[in-house]
Amino acid sequence: MSRTIKRRNSTQSWPENYRAHAEQAVDARVRGFYRAGCPSPDTPIREVQLLALDFETTGLDAEQHSIVSIGLVPFTLAGIQLGNAWHQVVRPKLPLHQTSITIHGITHTDIDQAPDLEEVLDPLFQHLSGRIPVVHYRNIERPFLNVALQWRLKEELRFPVIDTMAIEAHLHPDRNPSRWQKLMGKQPTSIRLPDSRTRYGLPHYAGHNALIDAIATAELLQAQILHHFSPDTPIGDLWV
Amino acid sequence: MQAELLDIRNHIAQYPPFNDMPEELLERIVAGIEVVYCRAGTQILELGQSNHWLHYVRSGAVEIYRRSGELYNRVGEGQIFGQFGLLMNKKVRFPVKAIEDSLIYKIPDEVFQYLWEQDENFADFVETEDRSRLRSAISRREKSNELMTAKVTRLISREPVSAPTTVRLQEAARIMTESGVSSLLLMDESGDTPKLTGIITDRDLRTRAVTHALASETPICEIMTEGLITISARSFIFEAMLTMLHNNVHHLPVVEGDEVRGVVALSDIVKYESQSSLFLVSNIYQQKHVKGLKKVSLDVRDSFVRMVNEDANSHMVGSAMAGIGRSFSQKLLELGEEHLGPPPVPYCYMALGSMARDEQLVVTDQDNAMILDDSFIPEQHDEYFLALAKFVSDGLAECGYTYCTGDIMATNPKWRQPLKVWKQYFTQWIDSPNGETLLNSNIFFDLDGIHGQTELAEQLKTLIADKASSSQRFLTLLARNALNRTPPLGFFRTFVLEEDGKQQKTFNLKRRGTAPLSDLIRVHALACGARSQNSFERLRDIAKTKLLMEDDASNLRDALEFISIVRIRHQALAIEEGREPDNNVRPEDLSPFERSHLKDAFQVVSNAQKFLRFRYNAGGGRNV
Repeated sequence: MSRTIKRRNSTQSWPENYRAHAEQAVDARVRGFYRAGCPSPDTPIREVQLLALDFETTGLDAEQHSIVSIGLVPFTLAGIQLGNAWHQVVRPKLPLHQTSITIHGITHTDIDQAPDLEEVLDPLFQHLSGRIPVVHYRNIERPFLNVALQWRLKEELRFPVIDTMAIEAHLHPDRNPSRWQKLMGKQPTSIRLPDSRTRYGLPHYAGHNALIDAIATAELLQAQILHHFSPDTPIGDLWV
Repeated sequence: MQAELLDIRNHIAQYPPFNDMPEELLERIVAGIEVVYCRAGTQILELGQSNHWLHYVRSGAVEIYRRSGELYNRVGEGQIFGQFGLLMNKKVRFPVKAIEDSLIYKIPDEVFQYLWEQDENFADFVETEDRSRLRSAISRREKSNELMTAKVTRLISREPVSAPTTVRLQEAARIMTESGVSSLLLMDESGDTPKLTGIITDRDLRTRAVTHALASETPICEIMTEGLITISARSFIFEAMLTMLHNNVHHLPVVEGDEVRGVVALSDIVKYESQSSLFLVSNIYQQKHVKGLKKVSLDVRDSFVRMVNEDANSHMVGSAMAGIGRSFSQKLLELGEEHLGPPPVPYCYMALGSMARDEQLVVTDQDNAMILDDSFIPEQHDEYFLALAKFVSDGLAECGYTYCTGDIMATNPKWRQPLKVWKQYFTQWIDSPNGETLLNSNIFFDLDGIHGQTELAEQLKTLIADKASSSQRFLTLLARNALNRTPPLGFFRTFVLEEDGKQQKTFNLKRRGTAPLSDLIRVHALACGARSQNSFERLRDIAKTKLLMEDDASNLRDALEFISIVRIRHQALAIEEGREPDNNVRPEDLSPFERSHLKDAFQVVSNAQKFLRFRYNAGGGRNV
């Protein structure tokens, strides 16, 4: 099995991109983010400052739906620092869809009192700067953040992420059984966050919110590295 | 703390020492946590490495080792490790390895120190090293703690069900059925206030009423059990367990002053701990043959190890093992009587030594005797009692209680005598003692009637209590005997230092520790006329008389408990490792903690021996 997670833009150099974007960025926060830099792809994962990130959204399409809450926690392979965890409910542009309310456990009152994402960009960027985001399923956090910033700051934010779900997908290439296997009763291997955690003996969390999911993602990455990679694995083999 | 971290706070708040902690401290802990995942096999803490974290196991399991590499403890979800080093010099004192994939919450030293200063419970918990050290290699179970910390009233689930002693059999059975209870309390209502006088149980109805086909109009007072054994509402569950074990009763009325609060049944306690020694005892009573008893006896050691692993104290372990031994003897006597027919004259079967003191462990021989009624005529009756004594003694040997090498057994005609002869024996031992005979008869001063006419044994206890306290010469010689065995002067990592400067590789925890203690406690107990047999109970009685200062008595209690528990733990470890348990300990098998506390305990023994020598004028040397 390949030791590298497949990536779409394998040719791009993130550290160089960061330097280039730092020149072009207008917003001070965006500029600060790029200036904080990106580690070189051959940096061992154990030396990289990471940030587990999870958004709760009103839907799956970044163009149509909005962010409802943000949970994040900085970490390294050596530890996840709960004291620096951050959770923020934000007011979505569009009315909160009824089904989403039950999913997120966030009430209308929470939403009504919540600030717009723009008002919390300062702390958000403080957390993001100098860290590589870690998410479970990369098609949420990066695109939603990107759209939200384009809309508010007219700026793009491009960065590599480590996707724990992509790692699971990579580890279980044959997770969907063939028709024949289905006939024999073989179940597909789930790469959802709770199911993936179970494979590493990680505990079940009763609550569901962006912060607990971010912590759960951070724990999952620690487990994945120790089971299938190594603390010396270059970050460039993991990010996408 | 972020509300979203409640999952983490709630997990910690379930387990001691965090379970009673104020919210502010819990929040401080959560805010300080660093989470880290460790694969099975990872060395989490290495000996001597510096460590600035208290570790909390969120999931998985780890093993903690002694410096020597020997397994010291295994801890799992909700338990902590790494505290000893934090209290000392921030160096790892016990290396730790993950044995399962584990998620660890690391709590920083600053938070640890803050908790230690702010929360007394927490400080006690992390400082009390023996709590975990003397705990076995298997994860602690909450249950056993509950036995020791929960009051017996917790087991009462309903108001007591009672009836006047004047009710008839059928009425009593109807009340029990309607109320769904297995026992009925019977109250004497002839006075101003009803008085608890008896109890009838399901089992009594079967064995006393149904099997004898008693008429339904039989007054219940004819078949009820009188002279009730009760327990105070203030007692702990384990005390109820000890009382049941000691008296072989399955129902205990719980009383507060004159009022009955309820009844605790054996099944209530077994629910707490289905593998308990009580369970074993009830199993013993169900056996119909020696063969069955022998089979049950194979579980005794497991039961012992389990109790040790569950943090039972030495009094509990000793009582439970003695209760088990007593039950084997009682059942064998029942079987013997079934086989040989009823006894021709009344008799009492006595347990002696550690069984009588409720201080039995797993390595034990049998010490027993028979008191026969004074109407005993050897030519006519002794054949029966010899046969019975032999049946029981052989049965006990089958069940792992080896024959007494000193031949202190009811099979020896000398120890199978009518009450009047026993009274002569004791009178002679006390009134005209000599060191030699006393040395051999020491064991008879711990006695307990366990079957038959137990009041015969009570008469002997009364005689001893009356006579011994006033016989200075007896006490002096007994004290001199008690000085024959001394604790080691000191010991170091690899050797024991004797008083004469000689070095030994091992020492015997019984001969050098618990035996000298129970010997000297016995002397004081006899001097103050106490009737108790158990060393801890004797100490309580002695303390009441001011013969010893309050402080000295509690020091002796601590020393006895500590030496006993080290001895018990040493034996449990041997059993777990498939070795034959014994009393010989090498200093290097002990942790630094055990070594330093044992030294203290031996110092207490040594001082107590000096006082004994002085108090009873027992002379200077041990060979006097």
